Amino acid sequence: LPGTSVTIDGTTLGATTDGNGDYAITGLKPGNYSVTAKFLGYIAFTKTITVGNSVTTADFTLKPQNTSLNEVVVVGYGTQRKKDLTGSVVSISAKDFNQGPITTPEALISGKVSGVQITSNSGAPGAGSTIRIRGGASISASNDPLIVIDNVPVSNSGIAGIDNALATINPNDIESFNILKDASATAIYGSRASNGVIIITTKKGKSGKFAVDFSTLNSLSKIVKEAPVLTAAEFRDVTSSAQAGLTTAQKGLVGTSNTDWQSLIYHTAFSTDNNINFSGGIKGLPYRLSIGYLDQDGILKTDNLKRTTVALNLNHDFLHQSLKIDFNVKGTYTDRKFANQGAIGAAVGFDPTQPVYSGNSNYGGYFEWLDASGNGNPSTLAPRNPLGLLNQYNSNGYTKRTLGSLTLNYTFPFLKELQANATFGGDITDGMGNTYIPPTAASNFNQTYKGSYSQYFSENYTYTNDYYLKYTKDFKSIKSHLDVQAGYSYQYFHFYTKPENTYAADKTNVTSAAAVSFPGQYYIESPFGRVNFTYDDKYLLTATIRDDRSSRFSELRRNGYFPSLALAWRLKEEPFFKAMSSLSDLKLRVGYGITGQQDIGPLFPYLAVYDPSNSSAGYQFGSAFTNTLRADAYNTLIKWEQTATSNIGFDYGFLNGRINGSIDYYYKKTKDLLFDTPVPDGTNLTNHVYANIGNLHSRGIDLNINVNAISTKDISWNIGYNVSFNRITVDNISATKDPNQSIATGGIPGGVGNTIQLLKAGYTPYQFYVYQQVYGKSGMPLEGVYVDRNGDGSSLNDKYLYKHPNPTVFMGFNSNLAYKKWNLGFTMRANLDNYVYNAVQASNGAYAGLKFQGYLNNLPNSILKTNFSQYQLYSDYYVENASFLRMDNANLSYNFGKVAGLRSLRVTANVQNVFVITNYTGLDPEVSSGIDNNIYPRPRVYSLGVNASF
Amino acid sequence: CKKNLTPEGQLTTASVYKDFNNYKPVLAKLYTAFALSGQQGPAGNPDVAGIDEGFSNYLRELFNMQELTTDEAQIVWNDGTVHNLHDMTWNSQNEFIRAMYDRIFYEIALDNEFIRQTTDAQLSKNGITGNNLVLAKQYRAEARFLRALAYYHAIDLYGSVPFVTENDEVGVFFPKQKSRAELFAYVESELKAIDGDLGNPRFEYGRADKAAAWTLLAKLYLNAQVYTGTGHYTEAVTYASKVIAAGYTLEPNFKNLFLADNNTSNEIIFPIESDGTHTQGYGGMTYLIHASVGGKMDPAAFGINGGWAGLRTTPQYVSLFSDVTGNTDKRALFFTDGQNLDINDEYTFTDGYAIQKFRNVTSAGVKGSDATGNFPDTDFPMFRLADVYLIYAEAVLRGGAGGDPATALSYVNKVRTRAYAGSTAGNITQGELTLPFMLNERGRELLFEMQRRTDLIRFGKFTGDSYLWQWKGGVKGGTSVSSNLNIMPIPSTDIINNPTLVQNPGYK
Repeated sequence: LPGTSVTIDGTTLGATTDGNGDYAITGLKPGNYSVTAKFLGYIAFTKTITVGNSVTTADFTLKPQNTSLNEVVVVGYGTQRKKDLTGSVVSISAKDFNQGPITTPEALISGKVSGVQITSNSGAPGAGSTIRIRGGASISASNDPLIVIDNVPVSNSGIAGIDNALATINPNDIESFNILKDASATAIYGSRASNGVIIITTKKGKSGKFAVDFSTLNSLSKIVKEAPVLTAAEFRDVTSSAQAGLTTAQKGLVGTSNTDWQSLIYHTAFSTDNNINFSGGIKGLPYRLSIGYLDQDGILKTDNLKRTTVALNLNHDFLHQSLKIDFNVKGTYTDRKFANQGAIGAAVGFDPTQPVYSGNSNYGGYFEWLDASGNGNPSTLAPRNPLGLLNQYNSNGYTKRTLGSLTLNYTFPFLKELQANATFGGDITDGMGNTYIPPTAASNFNQTYKGSYSQYFSENYTYTNDYYLKYTKDFKSIKSHLDVQAGYSYQYFHFYTKPENTYAADKTNVTSAAAVSFPGQYYIESPFGRVNFTYDDKYLLTATIRDDRSSRFSELRRNGYFPSLALAWRLKEEPFFKAMSSLSDLKLRVGYGITGQQDIGPLFPYLAVYDPSNSSAGYQFGSAFTNTLRADAYNTLIKWEQTATSNIGFDYGFLNGRINGSIDYYYKKTKDLLFDTPVPDGTNLTNHVYANIGNLHSRGIDLNINVNAISTKDISWNIGYNVSFNRITVDNISATKDPNQSIATGGIPGGVGNTIQLLKAGYTPYQFYVYQQVYGKSGMPLEGVYVDRNGDGSSLNDKYLYKHPNPTVFMGFNSNLAYKKWNLGFTMRANLDNYVYNAVQASNGAYAGLKFQGYLNNLPNSILKTNFSQYQLYSDYYVENASFLRMDNANLSYNFGKVAGLRSLRVTANVQNVFVITNYTGLDPEVSSGIDNNIYPRPRVYSLGVNASF
Repeated sequence: CKKNLTPEGQLTTASVYKDFNNYKPVLAKLYTAFALSGQQGPAGNPDVAGIDEGFSNYLRELFNMQELTTDEAQIVWNDGTVHNLHDMTWNSQNEFIRAMYDRIFYEIALDNEFIRQTTDAQLSKNGITGNNLVLAKQYRAEARFLRALAYYHAIDLYGSVPFVTENDEVGVFFPKQKSRAELFAYVESELKAIDGDLGNPRFEYGRADKAAAWTLLAKLYLNAQVYTGTGHYTEAVTYASKVIAAGYTLEPNFKNLFLADNNTSNEIIFPIESDGTHTQGYGGMTYLIHASVGGKMDPAAFGINGGWAGLRTTPQYVSLFSDVTGNTDKRALFFTDGQNLDINDEYTFTDGYAIQKFRNVTSAGVKGSDATGNFPDTDFPMFRLADVYLIYAEAVLRGGAGGDPATALSYVNKVRTRAYAGSTAGNITQGELTLPFMLNERGRELLFEMQRRTDLIRFGKFTGDSYLWQWKGGVKGGTSVSSNLNIMPIPSTDIINNPTLVQNPGYK
């Protein structure tokens, strides 16, 4: 068993076992010793050894304690045994991660944790995910959970040059995720904890023999499905039909080619992910060094991500184990070639009867629609050739990230109950890149200086210092155990974006002046404390408090206190339950806490500032131009959002833990919700200001169950299932508590400034605000005929709130079956009652798309059913039930064990995105915003991997 | 910890007025707020929210209110509730009506802030003395003019609105409504009060001067009957006369008034500027020029990279001209090739004659300064001499004292002679100078110059059925609409946010 501590009782001598479970203690005089072997989660074992003059061997066989209960769980600023937890905390370690070609960390746990919804934003390489823990607690402010990587809370702000900041972390370096869900667990993170906290811990070095592990995973990605549009033949039929009513001129535009634009822009993409890591101890100093290299092509042609990661961990115990040092540093370099994603929408809408190439050399040889005036230039309003968009676009992003932390933990030799802990962390990211569009490209052809060249550079950094003292003491006489912890945390954030002009392709002539920007900075400093008290091993109490001070608020409102209290009762220890032999664990947890949200959009909404214009927003006085200074709106009274969460839950285990899980009910109420809200006109320096005006509440149930169905020598079968119910309701979004206040949101294509969703008191956020479609006898929608809901004789003012994108139920299911050296696993997820507005069909689905002068648009095949002549953007016909069941991953592996001089060899085969079952008619039902507008398709990925240890 | 961290290098309100070099940039913002949508040209750092930034521009919304609601303009696009404007089916939730209202109050709030920070006491506290002090007072008077202009638009469009001045602090409170007549009296008194501090007519292009204030007074008085129930035509004559005497002359070639070098014209009294390099935005003139171009119109002839195929006019407007070719009356700037006279389909650009009035080319035919062809150099002539001539004539016809019919006729004929390229063939007789003629003449002269709605209301033709144009009331042939539409609704957002407000009649 690696990592077991073996100590000689009564001395300070000892050792830790290496990767093979071996250990050695030297310097002992001959004699009898009492030797103890300890490992968390196992029953400590002591035996008496007689040591002679030669090497004496003492083998220990440790028996596991009651399954998982003794697992150590990482909580804020420290660790706790799982059995001592009072809050809702879920720990997922590497052995339970999702398998397969996973390039960004959060995908490792997608579908694994009840109450945690992870939706990948697109199928692009390195694309991020929308992570929602219990649905989020905010509206305007961020709903992203706080992510802490090796004790460093990382900023939510993105990095230029890559889709997603988390994609700079190599998933292969991650040891565990600990997800803190309720306020009693998160309140120690105070003003950033309302949306839950995800603590990511990376792999550490272990002392022992030098070991090398190598893994390679090679994948092919293929498009699963194209957006349903008319084929060239169908398009010809439609354009010649009487229903479409095309003019002769428009009919004359129909071409003779048969082009499937979507199949032209996608390809089968190859990617390879290779990792090698070295571990061992140099003179007893355990280390782990890993190097990873990912080269991933997107299924959209020209899309690519290359990522090189290096991670180093050093840890050691000094001064007879009283000083522990843990040092982590991760360096990442990414080289991202961005494809022009505008090609996706263009391919959906481009006329399939036109050829790819025009036969002449204009516009790079690509066929383009020309201006109706006949001047020979590309039309301004027509879509561009999808393949031309891809190939006449060169955009590269480069990011560098260094994320590191040093943790020192000192146990006072004269007072073993007292520990001092200090963490110093830093996170520096640089993102830069450029985009070049050649002068021949149709997109920028109509200007004097053709083409386009732009570049960008931005740098964010944060550093953090945490200090705490922890006192731990058993009071055996009163059957009590006490943990007291007090600390102080300081974190500083800095953001800088370099102002850059946009140039013509010649890189000299400026076509757009740089924006004005100021480097932003703020800090959060916070004393915090925690008390854990256990009585009789049955009754547990945890209380925490954090006093956050964020410089994003005025001195009047800077302080925020975030307390929490939780109680747990280990019912299993009561005689009544103790007698039930099949019940191996039962614990009741009750918690309450207040958390905050300070990630509110603008950096300093309280500050009265004057904002300068850039050089293209000036004004002419006489013959001279002057740049301007604008007085910005401000609100000195702005403060934290506050969320009060109550949680009640049970942890249970049967049959010695072979069946275990938990069930939690929660109720969250957010007050002082920050809204960028309309102000009474004329009172502030614009028509809106950030103010604490709203309230919302959410409630739900998280349930999970893990079953070790079969456990024999040859076969083991583990099944996990989780289900979450969540409902969010807006209570108020108006400063005057007016229930009629509504905020339009959810922009859709088909016209500028059009929105489809509404925020309104009494409703779930982001419900669709639409007309109720009337259907004809054939079951088809009648164009422009909507239900007159208010009975005023017209349907003009009859939009209603209908459905929402949030699933009210979502679940995950995973299974892992091992037979001898074979392993077969899969994970599935399902969302129920989530609705999606099919913007692809709504904004293209009318014959009006064939009536723009000088060009034709392709139409979605729904036109064959609807026969709409004008766009019906607000019809609830386009709000579709997007409930789905998706198999995220299926994998099969064979472990050869020790072969050919290798310590181990494992071969795996994987399929990702195996199938989706849904009634949704668009490309993919999983759209976190609820508005399906030409999403980058999530591919199906087939991969083959080899893991070898030397 | 009490340490305040602020964005490095950014000016705070506390520091900005200590340095006189900042005064002119702040003043320039008060002007720019009519012309642009934010601090980053062309877009990216908007002034107001709740609507697409390009839509949020003052001038663009003023066009939408004053022109899309009338016989002069109809738009093709499917943007939000824009069709409700021409269909006259708007309500208090119309985002364009809200954007105009928000823009008016944005302008007023910025003006108030500058006036508040430049009181005599503040100037003295900040150590502004000597010539700087004289200039600061002139700037302050210009801010008061711009605020009066914004309130004038509020009176004209919304009637009774909340009232805020420099005496209200920045924050969140519930300003009280003033009646249309009270606001009229306030704007009148403000414009008179600043007369001494404003610069003389034409002292510097782009700046508000005494003549700008007189023109605004003349327009206010001309419409006083509508705003207050009492006519003030004598004062309209008085102030129009002051402007006419101030040294402006008609631009000899009508077309040149709307070109990229119109800043050199001696006719423009007060412009809202646009510049292809330094004053870029998607509202205002960018919208007006691009949206007018479509169909077979060659974008290059308009100095732009492409048309947006949006705006056309109704056949009722076209009928104001006996010759639509522009060969006789040069103001008939229609584009008819490939366009139908009738608007059978509201969503088709080729239905309805297009308008080729504003262009981003100079009088010498040179394209404007923006190499991308997006942003024009063409300024918008908010006030110009021909308008003042017509105000004079109409005020005299309506009984204003201090002027005479013969002078009125001579002014009208000056405008018509210019329209007929120097020929007197289009001149009219004293007998032909009637009020109905004035409405039509203003239509011909001021097409797309954001006067039409106000003019139709003053002549009682905007609502009801005495004048129908295609798609008025949402039907092709046009239909009668309720007279409450003469005043726009106060946007529902402000009704909700300011519970002291009372909605205009006929709206919820």
